[in-house]
Amino acid sequence: MKFEILGNKDTRSGFGDGLTQLGKTNPNVVALCADLTGSLKMNDFKDNFPERFFQIGIAEANMMGIAAGMTIGGKIPFTGTFANFSTSRVYDQVRQSIAYSNKNVKLCASHAGLTLGEDGATHQVLEDIGMMKMLPGMTVINPCDYNQTKAATIAIADHVGPVYLRFGRPKVPIFIPENTPFEIGKALLLQEGTDVSIFATGHLVWEAVEAAQALAKEGLSVELINIHTIKPLDNENILKSVAKTKCVVTAEEHQIAGGMGESIAQLLAKNNPAPIEFVAVNDKFGESGKPADLMKKYGLHSSDIIKATRRVLNRK
Amino acid sequence: MKEINLKELDNFSSQVRRDIVRMVHAQNSGHPGGSLGCVEFFTSIFKVVMNHNNNFSMDGKNEDLFFLSNGHISPVLYSVLARTGYFPINELNTFRKIDSRLQGHPTTHEGLPGIRVASGSLGQGLSVALGAATTKKLNNDKSLIYTLHGDGELQEGQIWEAAMYASAKKIDNLISTIDYNGRQIDGDVDDVLSLGNIEEKWIAFGWKTLKCDGNNLKDVITTLQKAKSLTGKGQPIMIIMKTEMGFGVDFMMGSHKWHGVAPNNEQLEVALNQLEETLGDY
Repeated sequence: MKFEILGNKDTRSGFGDGLTQLGKTNPNVVALCADLTGSLKMNDFKDNFPERFFQIGIAEANMMGIAAGMTIGGKIPFTGTFANFSTSRVYDQVRQSIAYSNKNVKLCASHAGLTLGEDGATHQVLEDIGMMKMLPGMTVINPCDYNQTKAATIAIADHVGPVYLRFGRPKVPIFIPENTPFEIGKALLLQEGTDVSIFATGHLVWEAVEAAQALAKEGLSVELINIHTIKPLDNENILKSVAKTKCVVTAEEHQIAGGMGESIAQLLAKNNPAPIEFVAVNDKFGESGKPADLMKKYGLHSSDIIKATRRVLNRK
Repeated sequence: MKEINLKELDNFSSQVRRDIVRMVHAQNSGHPGGSLGCVEFFTSIFKVVMNHNNNFSMDGKNEDLFFLSNGHISPVLYSVLARTGYFPINELNTFRKIDSRLQGHPTTHEGLPGIRVASGSLGQGLSVALGAATTKKLNNDKSLIYTLHGDGELQEGQIWEAAMYASAKKIDNLISTIDYNGRQIDGDVDDVLSLGNIEEKWIAFGWKTLKCDGNNLKDVITTLQKAKSLTGKGQPIMIIMKTEMGFGVDFMMGSHKWHGVAPNNEQLEVALNQLEETLGDY
């Protein structure tokens, strides 16, 4: 299968453009930001809908509480800050005031993972998927390109309940066609195959596409599935794929612990134990550097997916 | 404004105090001290001051909303909600028991009417109230938001994030109150972590402040009504309400020891003898 590169953009711009579109179509959508309006690409929403944009200042705990309160009376708040400050910094606020209170807040988190780059490990959260998926009732979404992030941003406004939407800073290939429907909780089959199932999320989906193309040249048939929704996981389609391929590689820009791979491993352990290899960060903090260099150093490159595939095929 | 019959309100307060000590005694668990100290406040806002609808809806449009930030004083909130018609009074029997809507700390999770957000982990209620106040403004809803906070709770940093925001953004449809009883779990607030000059702090953060004697029903009502008259003027309002933890039960007063401890059978008997049954026990 060929993937056409439709452009090169950051996923955060998909969020910003999706948010602006929501501003036009849904009068209940409001946006809150903790002094990172430009970084989150929220300027366009701010300029077009100033009465529905709330600058909170550098006070993320307060922002989460305000967002929870704004739902009372029917608003749909989208909070915007870095992933680290959307999760670990405010975990108790998100837990009590939003998740446990079942508030219709959309936690929109940019600069997730190593690809934040030069700012270093203080800002490179690699534990956020785990923290958020552990909260009962929380939906966790990690789209893979500009188009998918925009579609996801628009889709979550219609979902009633708290959502964690994770995206990032670097420009990455756009390869999901613009009109592809975004269905929360539904895995996206990118390529059918029979030898191995590769499940990838976020920035690692394009790495997995490149890996699958390289492996095809070796005569391997890869089933490539984009898990954009980590919770609720698409159990049915994951199990269906593994029943066919009988081995698994997972790929994500996150710690192994708490990540998408862990969720898939748990599903398989219970229903259909199969060899699995994890392409993810292995119990380490990140560091400053160019995103591409960091992805290589921490084992998140397409070549790492290829190596993991060879390992898992040997265990089949 | 509703007609004020102080005798009737005193009777209501007495019954609420009986409910509080009976609830925590029944499960040998809960927080009687702060609950007893705030009875006059709850009687005032739910019986006199707020325009509220006991036919509960989460969105609470066109009615005043109340947020309890120091969720551990749930017994007083539950008693007053039940006795103002939010849910059956008999349900007070289930406080802190398994399968109850009356959780140790108030939650929305079990769908208890009257609760709009979970509280318990301290310091979060003011932010939530700011959000609700903002939505009121967006909806062109002229009703007000009320909150209550513990004094020890002011040690949480999030309170000051919210305090700064409220004045900077002119959240003037908000009346907050601090239960200034000077006690917290480990002892006197002054010993644990002094708040310094509490009124000066709120003034410095841009709030209009009022003070009252929280165990004087008439003073509480007068002060809340004064606060109402000050809304809509570009400033959030903070009432520093001096109370006595454990007020109404002599052996519980004047100490932090009854913050989170239930009375035994004999102590319950002594307490109930000091609190007239006016509306019938649940």
